[in-house]
Amino acid sequence: MTVRIVFLGPLRDVAGEAQHEARAPLDWTGLLAAVGPQIAEQLHGERVHIACAGKVIADKTALLAQDGEEVALLPPVSGG
Amino acid sequence: MARKSRCCPRSAVARLALSGPLDVRLLTGGLSVGEALAAFNAAHPQAGGVASFLGKVRPGAGESPVKALELTHYEPLTLSGMEQLAGQAFARFALDGVLVWHRIGVLTPGEGIVLVAAAARHRRGALEAVDFLMDHLKSAAWLWKRERRGSGWHWIEPRAEDHAALARWQ
Repeated sequence: MTVRIVFLGPLRDVAGEAQHEARAPLDWTGLLAAVGPQIAEQLHGERVHIACAGKVIADKTALLAQDGEEVALLPPVSGG
Repeated sequence: MARKSRCCPRSAVARLALSGPLDVRLLTGGLSVGEALAAFNAAHPQAGGVASFLGKVRPGAGESPVKALELTHYEPLTLSGMEQLAGQAFARFALDGVLVWHRIGVLTPGEGIVLVAAAARHRRGALEAVDFLMDHLKSAAWLWKRERRGSGWHWIEPRAEDHAALARWQ
């Protein structure tokens, strides 16, 4: 009964790990508690998006990840 | 006296075949520009023009030259997002074809990071589509970039001008 939290880009360095297992189901409050204060602070800002089960969610606070799903934390991008 | 040769001009046109009007790829290995553009050109014989852009790893200047650049992606989102983007450009600029190839992994200065190409009936559509695609790939595709300089790895943040460039299309 777990949800995998994946840290992308610079968030991986802040987290000190590429991914983290959390207990399912995982909602917004649970996510904030699971990732630690530094990342939680960034999650409150507009620049970090969240994807759940391969889809970017419009309202982060409505997160509800089920067992086996993956939650990705997506900081500002830089491609090209 | 004819020389024996198995090569004829026609066979040199395109060894690589592209299928469909949208060719979108994430590449872990080298990006062969000549081959890609030859194939793209061959795939769109009805086009009046092909425009392309190759983005490369800058060596950097001064005391902290760039030694390497790393691009990471997120499998469930990155390629499908790029496909969507290619589809938008295709419709918006009435293109015959779009090519969007992006490298991931570790690259060294001088290597190609991204190649985009657009084929259209007239040049304006092709040129604008390439500009549109690059502006979106810079700051609206699921890719993260960091550079290794003398003092270690540094994440690259999108710049204000990247966001301004993107806003032009909205």
